[in-house]
Amino acid sequence: MLRVDMTDRFISRGFVGRAKDAGDKAGRVPPGQYLTEGFPVLSAGPTPQVPLESWEFTVTGLVKAPVRWSWREFTALPSRDWTVDISCVTKWTKLDTRWNGVSLDDVLAAVEIDPRARFVTAQSYGGYTTNLPLTDLLNNQAFVAWQYDGAPLEPAHGGPARLVVPHLYLWKSAKWVRGLQLREDDEPGFWESLGYHNRGDPWREERYSGD
Amino acid sequence: MPEPLAWQISTVTAIRAETPEVSSFTLKLPSWRAHRAGQHYDVRLTALDGYQAQRSYSIASPPSRTGEVDLTIEKIADGEVSPYFHDTLQVGDRVEVRGPIGGYFVWEPALGGPLLLVAGGSGVVPLMAMLRERAAADAKPPAVLLHSSRTFEDVIYRDELATLADGDAGLRVIQTLTRSQPPGWTGYDRRIDRPMLAEAIAAAGASPLVYICGPTLLVEAAANGLVELGVPPAQVRTERFGPTS
Repeated sequence: MLRVDMTDRFISRGFVGRAKDAGDKAGRVPPGQYLTEGFPVLSAGPTPQVPLESWEFTVTGLVKAPVRWSWREFTALPSRDWTVDISCVTKWTKLDTRWNGVSLDDVLAAVEIDPRARFVTAQSYGGYTTNLPLTDLLNNQAFVAWQYDGAPLEPAHGGPARLVVPHLYLWKSAKWVRGLQLREDDEPGFWESLGYHNRGDPWREERYSGD
Repeated sequence: MPEPLAWQISTVTAIRAETPEVSSFTLKLPSWRAHRAGQHYDVRLTALDGYQAQRSYSIASPPSRTGEVDLTIEKIADGEVSPYFHDTLQVGDRVEVRGPIGGYFVWEPALGGPLLLVAGGSGVVPLMAMLRERAAADAKPPAVLLHSSRTFEDVIYRDELATLADGDAGLRVIQTLTRSQPPGWTGYDRRIDRPMLAEAIAAAGASPLVYICGPTLLVEAAANGLVELGVPPAQVRTERFGPTS
């Protein structure tokens, strides 16, 4: 076998790959990912249709008092622009995506968090869930977005509002999000129960259970 | 900690053209594991300089075929991995893969039916694994495949699907050709729409298990249409592909 180093790396006969002229972008693409200019849509079921009149967002679980916002109240929270790189476990990475929404620090400032809370389950319209360590959602690492590229977030991309956690694979960025449940224990969400990694750090290539 | 899904070096034992742009690649696996119809494998290519590219491809073969899998792959013109499969890879070459992967867009005979499958283009691949598994099963729930392709020549598995349907009263295959139709074509000639979905529901029977795979626009239209026609959203499973290569 042909080897370029001391590892057991398997070289694919005749494979050179696409021209690697990504330049300064190269360091922004996690291992095993490729850059895309498009914005592919991936979800496990039909796109929920959520009228804004009945939309609500809640923070529940290990908090002193749960809180609930209407669409008007939630989008009146202090929002800002975010420009972030996103990576989907299906191998695409998109750089410099532009969103507008509220930091989870500002969302969680509305509740008094029980010190036992260590994990969060994001809950979505349509029944989707995903679990995250609370620490992955603090310090302006995560936000709830209702605008993408200057326009209202399309339903296929998670509108009216979606969670965005850009430093983890995109299945953690729950589309159609309707609430956060704070927990002491770590309860695997939808994909986490179906063979995908519990945390999903693209830079460590945490795609599947055991990675 | 669960066992990692290990990479393994498979060997290409057959390459079969399905359409001008689509071929099936049979990979013999040193450590084959039974998959569930609808699952995929990850493929990893490594260049001499260490550069790597990965993609996911659906398994077309049924789990009842042991020791190997068929991956049916469409050649994407400006792609990176699919052109390698089509233009470089030959029988006898080796390819690094790991799988099977995916635990939601899956069907097995124990799940029953009726089955309503909707495919756009190469989205038919994971659904074909389901139909092949169904064909190999003792109890065959009623099944309908609604399949949209651009032209007659682009219909993946065309002859096999016709043969399967001819010998099985419980299977109905509805084809639509959106770009051009050959003389004497008796199928549909437009994008999948509400009347087609209604016909598919009527043919499948009440409360079907739905699997939809294809480009985003087709999947959105079909999933929304079926839900509006009364199919419970929880019974609709989707797999979409955008411009991946």
